[in-house]
Amino acid sequence: MKAALAIPEDAPVADVVARLRAHVDTTQARLRPQPFGLLPALAQLLGEPGLKPGAVYSLDGEGALLQALLAGPSQQGHWCGVVGLPSFAVEAAALAGIRLDRLVLVPSPGDQWLAATAALAEVVPVLAVHPSGRVREADAARLGSRLRDRGGVLLVVGAWPRAEARLTLGERQWHGLGSGDGHLVSRDIQVQVASRRYPSGRRGWLRLPDPDGRTVAGEQLRPGLQVVG
Amino acid sequence: MAGVSAAAERCLALWFPAWPVTAWALATGADAERPVAVVAANRVTACSAAAVAEGVGVGQRRREAQSRCPQLVVLAVDEAVDAREFDPVVAAIERLSPGVQVIRPGLCVVRARGLARYLGDEALAAETILEAVVTETGVDSGRAGVADGVFAAVQASREATGVMVVPAGGAPGFLASLPIARLGDPVIADLLPRLGVHTLGGFAALTSAQVRDRFGAAGVRLHLLASGSDPRAVQPREPPPELAVRIDFEPPLTLVDQVAFASRASVAGFVDGLAAAGLACTEVRVEFSGENDEFFARTWLTPGVFDSAAITDRIRWQLQAAAGVQLHSPVTSVRLEPVAVDAAVHHVPGLFGLGPDERVHHAMSRVQAMLGHEGVLTGQVGGGRWLAERQVLVPWGDRPSVIQTADRPWPGQVPHPLPATVFPEPLPVRVQGVGGGEVAVDERGRLSTEPQALTVGGRPVSVTAWAGPWPVSERAWDGQRQRQANRFQMVDESGAAWLLWRDARGWWAEARYD
Repeated sequence: MKAALAIPEDAPVADVVARLRAHVDTTQARLRPQPFGLLPALAQLLGEPGLKPGAVYSLDGEGALLQALLAGPSQQGHWCGVVGLPSFAVEAAALAGIRLDRLVLVPSPGDQWLAATAALAEVVPVLAVHPSGRVREADAARLGSRLRDRGGVLLVVGAWPRAEARLTLGERQWHGLGSGDGHLVSRDIQVQVASRRYPSGRRGWLRLPDPDGRTVAGEQLRPGLQVVG
Repeated sequence: MAGVSAAAERCLALWFPAWPVTAWALATGADAERPVAVVAANRVTACSAAAVAEGVGVGQRRREAQSRCPQLVVLAVDEAVDAREFDPVVAAIERLSPGVQVIRPGLCVVRARGLARYLGDEALAAETILEAVVTETGVDSGRAGVADGVFAAVQASREATGVMVVPAGGAPGFLASLPIARLGDPVIADLLPRLGVHTLGGFAALTSAQVRDRFGAAGVRLHLLASGSDPRAVQPREPPPELAVRIDFEPPLTLVDQVAFASRASVAGFVDGLAAAGLACTEVRVEFSGENDEFFARTWLTPGVFDSAAITDRIRWQLQAAAGVQLHSPVTSVRLEPVAVDAAVHHVPGLFGLGPDERVHHAMSRVQAMLGHEGVLTGQVGGGRWLAERQVLVPWGDRPSVIQTADRPWPGQVPHPLPATVFPEPLPVRVQGVGGGEVAVDERGRLSTEPQALTVGGRPVSVTAWAGPWPVSERAWDGQRQRQANRFQMVDESGAAWLLWRDARGWWAEARYD
């Protein structure tokens, strides 16, 4: 170790400390598993480069936001699993950027959702789960330790004890639909994120989906566009 | 010729003239009595008796054959069909006399001694075999020849009209009058007649040293054949191992778990039998027979290899699905048949563990064992106008079968972006207009009133924006499958957007944009 660092004996203390700290940082960075990819708009919103391996993210609804979160890892070539969501739309998922040849669906596991999730967590790095009942603290801890062991990430639709981050959908505005004319084109939606890193919460606007079914960062609604009265 | 070797073995040759024509007739169920010719490289290689009667012959050019017989059916040579159709014939012969050597499809040799000694007569033995072939496969064109050695026996079968027996030691005399072309060597068949040698007898009369000087070792071998001392013995084929397994239950079983448990040992035997043959099964057919002569079969696929636990699971799943639907009586037997096999070496786990996709397959199989075959699905996008029918969900391991493809126009489909939540079964909803009455659409696509309130499950919420009706009309010609509806998109006051349709039965929610 000393030889590798090659610090001269007479170097100033501050210099030695700085070099040691840099060495520790690079070693840790090498040991830390790489985060899973995220779409740029979502990475900006979460304030992190990607989904942390071993972490659990809790969402307050299924749908487009879940598909947008899965799209990032899926485009990197990771397998994705969706457990307990019988109404998960496959075609919209493909448009959102999820690769269908690396997607497995377990639509109705019933009471065995935890066992199925645990079995899939062994090999599928990114899992979206809708628990069919209340999640017990002990089960959550056991699944969490398996995730940390395997470096997987869990996206839970519903509540989860000690989640890394909680994403809540707020205000939303659809564009393109009139009264009897037009069709839905895009939606601006406010997402609130309360995470361990930002406990007080962050909020931001997403265009989810945009006219092509993808997710991009949205602008805050201008007052003129808002529904009044 | 000097130094005659030990007396050659008595051989029985069976020849089925124009076998490619017979095989074609067997494979396609066509009539072999018509003039038919099989052509390879523009030359006729086999033709039916009717074609011969019209003047078609082996070796003719295709055009020439067609000019002699304009109604001639010309087929391309297909060796796979020839071999496949010959297999039942060989099996029928093997049942009487083991140790068949197949020289080519349509021609095979067996040792004559065993059956001839049992029946007491070589001609009777040959007739018995031909009869067995006729009764088991329906092929009645066979001819048999019995002689010393393979070559003489084959020549005898070609000379025979039914059965021809050349007595022991009579082979040289029998062969002497045959034309030199029977040796099957184009060089010698061309050269010797020009030197004045026209028959096998004339060739045999030359000394071995003269033949060696002029034609070398290959010539000496042919010289031995022509002089009736064939050095070759019959080289019997190994019958292919029987890999399919049948499990009988006595008394018949009624419970799914009983069947699964009782078949475990036999399933392990089935897998071991495949492994002993160096094979791994990737597609298996499971057949159930019920007490009331019921029969139910299906084929299972796997992306990996079937082990015995996986096959037992398939037996259980298939029986669970069939019980009460296709199968009403207790199960009397299960039959397992390997439909597709692969060399086992391709499926041995690597020295450094399994690849990621194989690990995924193992985990999926475990979840399938937990939840059933339909529990783990993969998705594909198919064609159609309705969102639920556009997503094709296939159980893990099954071959994806997209009947309707997505690249057709499908007029009436929903404009993008698509909803992220598609209900597997449509939800009944209520849409009320001004004054609280239900919104209706008339035949000309006019709304009775503008939609104002939407009720999905709970209490009504007001509609802030909407569009429609977008008519969808499918299969108007088919009374059973026709479907007509008007689609709407609606956004309610909570900001949720819905895809709805209205048909003769009322309002339904097809999907939610969330």
